[in-house]
Amino acid sequence: MKINMEVRNSGREKPRDSRFELYAWLFMRFSGVLLIGLALGHLVIMHLINNVDIIDYDFVAARYATPFWRIYDLILLLLALLHGLNGMRTIVDDYVHPRLWRRVSLSLLYSFGFIFTVVGSYTILAFQPK
Amino acid sequence: METRFKIKRFNPEKDEKSYWGEYDVEVEPTDRVLDGLHLIKWYQDGTLTLRRSCGHGICGSDAMVINGVNRLACKVLIKDLGKSITVEPMRGFRVIKDLVVDMKGFFEKYRSIKPYLITDTPPPEKERLQSPEERERFDGSTKCILCGACTTACPSFWADKEYVGPAAIVQAHRFLMDSRDEGKKVRLEILGDREGVWRCRTIFNCIEACPRDIDVAGAIADVKRAILFNKS
Ligand code: FES
Repeated sequence: MKINMEVRNSGREKPRDSRFELYAWLFMRFSGVLLIGLALGHLVIMHLINNVDIIDYDFVAARYATPFWRIYDLILLLLALLHGLNGMRTIVDDYVHPRLWRRVSLSLLYSFGFIFTVVGSYTILAFQPK
Repeated sequence: METRFKIKRFNPEKDEKSYWGEYDVEVEPTDRVLDGLHLIKWYQDGTLTLRRSCGHGICGSDAMVINGVNRLACKVLIKDLGKSITVEPMRGFRVIKDLVVDMKGFFEKYRSIKPYLITDTPPPEKERLQSPEERERFDGSTKCILCGACTTACPSFWADKEYVGPAAIVQAHRFLMDSRDEGKKVRLEILGDREGVWRCRTIFNCIEACPRDIDVAGAIADVKRAILFNKS
């Protein structure tokens, strides 16, 4: 006789069998390592070697004349935004339990994330030096 | 030696809020905290409520917060704590009375990872064999006594009571790393989910809390790796 060993899952949500959380976790590790280099590079160039008094339109135009800095900035922007966004998502998951509030916070988070991504990418990609 | 016990008391039938009860007890330095609690319960205030059974660090029923850290009362000597000892129920569980907490959710999570051998293949003639090396892999996690000290030391669990928690993960590890077990898929499904291992932020409180010196965070890392590289 086959004994049914299935123990009830005690009211827990059925696992969705998705690897999303795994990828999110991995992404945090890899983007974190990349961001250390990218963000530090950005900081050194834009705030230590140069500073906001020196940086003007011509400076940016010169930088964006070649694709290198555009790509650099785009990667920095996307990684930082996603890294931050995922961090915030985790915090909401951890601490915001009422369904409605969770929905509201996550919707706000994703909306702002989307808007910033679009505006930021547009600025980087569409910039044409005069 | 005279020791002052400060114990967080709560009786749901009388008290709105918990309060600190103070008791001076004459103990031997080599007595354990559990002995001190017994002396209080037997000779000073019989209403003091606590769980314990074996008194020898095996059953896992007397985990509590002793001087701020999760410990088994039966394993801590009073001489290592000094003249003033504070005792509180484990954090993150509902307090039923005094030091007794509601561990229903804890055991539900334990059950959810299916803590028993799962096999599809027909049983061999005799036993399912295993080499000492294969046994070695989950040696640490067999030591768990389900006292709840790790889970209730975990800030991720404090924040989110649905998180399966380190204790259940250690128990899952015990079977996942067992060469005879064939239930990896179901277990990893639960552990890979939102309330599974990814909730662990490697805070390491669990390691410090474990009275059995299990490398809890290491076991969690093993499970994360198993999910990452799991091909089946
Ligand atoms: S009483 Fe059994 S572990 Fe302490």
